[in-house]
Amino acid sequence: MPYIFNTPQDQAEMLDAIGVESIDQLFDCIPDDLQLGRPLEIPTALGELELTQQLSQMASMNMSTSNGTCFLGAGSYDHFVPAAVDTIASRGEFYTSYTPYQPEVSQGNLQAMFEYQSLICQLTGMDVSNASLYDGGTAAAEGVLMAMSVTKRHGKVVVLDSVHPDYRQILSTYFDSIGTELITVASPSGVSELASISEVLDDETAAILIQHPNFFGSLEDVQSIADAAHQVGALVVCCFDPISLGLLKRPGDLGVDIAVAEGHTLGTPMLYGGPYLGIMTCREEFVRRLPGRIAGQTVDRSGRRCWVLTLQTREQHIRREKATSNICTNQGLFALRAAVYLSLMGPAGMKHVASLCQQKAAYAATQIGKLDRFELAFEQPFFKEFVVRDKQSDVTSLLQHCRDNDVLAGVPLGQWYDEWDDCFLVSVTEKRTKEEIDNLVTLLGSHGGGQA
Amino acid sequence: MRNHRATKLIFELSRSGRKGVALPQSDVPEQPAMDVQFLASDPPALPELAEPDVIRHFTNLSTLNMSVDTHFYPLGSCTMKYNPKRNERVAAMPGFAEIHPLQPDDTVQGMLKLLYDLQSMLAEISGLPCVSLQPAAGAHGELAALMVAAKHFRKQGMNRTKVLAPDSAHGTNPASARMAGFSFVTVKSNEDGMVDLEDLQSKLDDEIAVFMITNPNTLGLFDAQVRQIAELVHDKGGLIYLDGANMNAILGVTRPGDFGADMMHFNPHKTFSGPHGGGGPGAGPICVTEELGSYLPIPGVVESNGTYALDLDQPNSIGKVRSFFGNVGVLVRAYCYILSHGPDGLKRVTENAVLNANYLLSKVKHILDVPHGDRCMHEFVASAEKLKQNKDMKQPAMDIAKRLLDFGFHPPTVYFPLTVHEGMMMEPTETESKETLDAFAERLFHITEESSELLNEAPHSTIISRPDEVAAARQPVMKWSPE
Repeated sequence: MPYIFNTPQDQAEMLDAIGVESIDQLFDCIPDDLQLGRPLEIPTALGELELTQQLSQMASMNMSTSNGTCFLGAGSYDHFVPAAVDTIASRGEFYTSYTPYQPEVSQGNLQAMFEYQSLICQLTGMDVSNASLYDGGTAAAEGVLMAMSVTKRHGKVVVLDSVHPDYRQILSTYFDSIGTELITVASPSGVSELASISEVLDDETAAILIQHPNFFGSLEDVQSIADAAHQVGALVVCCFDPISLGLLKRPGDLGVDIAVAEGHTLGTPMLYGGPYLGIMTCREEFVRRLPGRIAGQTVDRSGRRCWVLTLQTREQHIRREKATSNICTNQGLFALRAAVYLSLMGPAGMKHVASLCQQKAAYAATQIGKLDRFELAFEQPFFKEFVVRDKQSDVTSLLQHCRDNDVLAGVPLGQWYDEWDDCFLVSVTEKRTKEEIDNLVTLLGSHGGGQA
Repeated sequence: MRNHRATKLIFELSRSGRKGVALPQSDVPEQPAMDVQFLASDPPALPELAEPDVIRHFTNLSTLNMSVDTHFYPLGSCTMKYNPKRNERVAAMPGFAEIHPLQPDDTVQGMLKLLYDLQSMLAEISGLPCVSLQPAAGAHGELAALMVAAKHFRKQGMNRTKVLAPDSAHGTNPASARMAGFSFVTVKSNEDGMVDLEDLQSKLDDEIAVFMITNPNTLGLFDAQVRQIAELVHDKGGLIYLDGANMNAILGVTRPGDFGADMMHFNPHKTFSGPHGGGGPGAGPICVTEELGSYLPIPGVVESNGTYALDLDQPNSIGKVRSFFGNVGVLVRAYCYILSHGPDGLKRVTENAVLNANYLLSKVKHILDVPHGDRCMHEFVASAEKLKQNKDMKQPAMDIAKRLLDFGFHPPTVYFPLTVHEGMMMEPTETESKETLDAFAERLFHITEESSELLNEAPHSTIISRPDEVAAARQPVMKWSPE
């Protein structure tokens, strides 16, 4: 084993110092009848070279963005990652360290966490950010649990069906065990209708969970929803798209109480869905109910500015069953990636990347809309994603046709929404070129004769 | 050389007009802008820096950390072992990193095969046949498994409301129990640090859902009563949950499924060496018995005639606990780790982890008290309590920890588990040499000989010393603000 130092000589000396005859004797504390007594039935060991060969071969069985064009979105996006992000995240001092329990030798991580929190607050206009949670979906669930704790209302939560289906399912899994009622409001036109929201909001409602831009890519009227919720004393938990904030109004300026997001788009590739970055922010007055790690500024004994983990009395290792959450790690490395990404992009870069997404998505939608077979399913304004309806209702074979030509054209909606099984969701990031978009349009137009 | 530049905040390095990335101009015909009602008046007020600025800032910050790559890091319970570099490279291959989670199954057969194989490996290592790779961290695995238990009892029409765990348990155990809707009951440990069977029995009734046990426990001791405990709990209709934080001590030696566990989680970032990333990401796959398998979170990976697929159709499942397929990147590294060790290699990992811990114990016991005996598994807990008297110190474990920093050693975990006064939990792992352990023990000895004033003022050589945590919590400053 290249990672183990102990030679037989070392082992003999160590056993001698311990005062036992053999390594086996160290395991005498495990009763014989509990010992496995046979080798594990797993494949025999591979050396580094063989491992690399085998895993390269397995990787080559996957269609990646290096051998296909990706128009898939729905919560995971093919955004550009500057090389500097990988360079910093590959520093052993960052990725082989752990939670900063000893601030004197963790100032690098702590300051990076503090900078991440500050950058996220600047991006969102929210008062406070934690140092991150697992992903957008669990952040949304934690946001709702937090709203229940703030409002002391545990009976009822409202969610729009335009929120990511995975996020809604996570919430419903969490609620199954604690018995909170989850009311889902439909969005027949691709965005919520204020009247149907107002109908279900009442003074028992802890929170309303919304997404903007929503799962279909459409823009919601966040401020009006927030006003309606606040009238009955409910909080607004809003999932946002960090990239969209290069252009769109910030959640902090729209009446949002708790803003959460999937943050992998800030410098982390798609990774088949994880690990990702759960962004979580809130109003200042809720901070003591915020789950997860938080870095705070202080001074050391000589008055030097420095950073520590703070407000730890919310957390499980102190509060145990009374903690705000069971969470004990953040996604430190990916929060770091986001901090590096946002520092590189700056205001101009964020605006530029958001504009590219918006312009290219609008172009793609226009071009696809020109084909007789297709129409945009919704009339609402969108940011970088939009829903296409196939008038021939042949989405499966259409997408297969594109895939056969190395294009992942979209995510079929029928798996989550029966009423839209003739629709698919197309996402266009800054990475997609005009040529790739035109090719997509050609492929869509050439399937099954191309005409409706 | 002291690096003062690193202590500036990134915002303080900003100069108007600098850019850190060059993006292309739009290549599509100009499209109408979005309706102005949705648009911000200005882009977000982020700092403005050139790429070299950003690189220098964060590289300098990195040098302020201790890490496994640079220092001995015997942080008990966290298994800070070496992270093989090949595994990082593999996880970054485009075929694993640049794939979308909603790609059709036939375009990700390599990834699905990897995940399917990993499910099988974890089933074999745990002795529990049904596996979900979904949970995003150990604590998340605990929560998911407790939800599995809750659903199981609901399906049986039973109202079981209590989760029990020993007082030495990780704080996540009670916190997860509460999140899953259970009430939590603490079971005492006996003088030997094991579960107090009498106390356990007195708390077992028809309302028990789950007994959570960490074995080896947080004192680094294997509780040989575990099968008896399982029988007592099973007789009352309850389930046993194994907190798998300490699996590094028993790989290939004994299996939770064989000693009575019904459910468990792995911490692949510990046991199978995914790097800890300054506090994450981890992963928390769970393994359960056949009886509980149908309740596991969706999706799992299934195989049929050499073709792999995500299985979303599990009517009994608790549902989703995380978006998409969990922390796949961590799972890729775990798979590489298991493959590069094989059955003999994994057992050797455990043997050397236990050997190193016992060797360090044999040295430390002459310096500090080790209340729970002369032997341990992969870690042990020493107590600095006697220094309170001998040296008139108020927080000797803390002071020793801080002084170790001056000599380039990351300290052990201090003040955990809660059952040991002035506890110092030491886990050297298998990826350290005898020379390092000798040097650490020698330094520890010298430190205990130093004056209490010197120790109380430690560390003396780090960039900061003893930050005021009380002030930080009293008036929290959690972000930079413009002047």
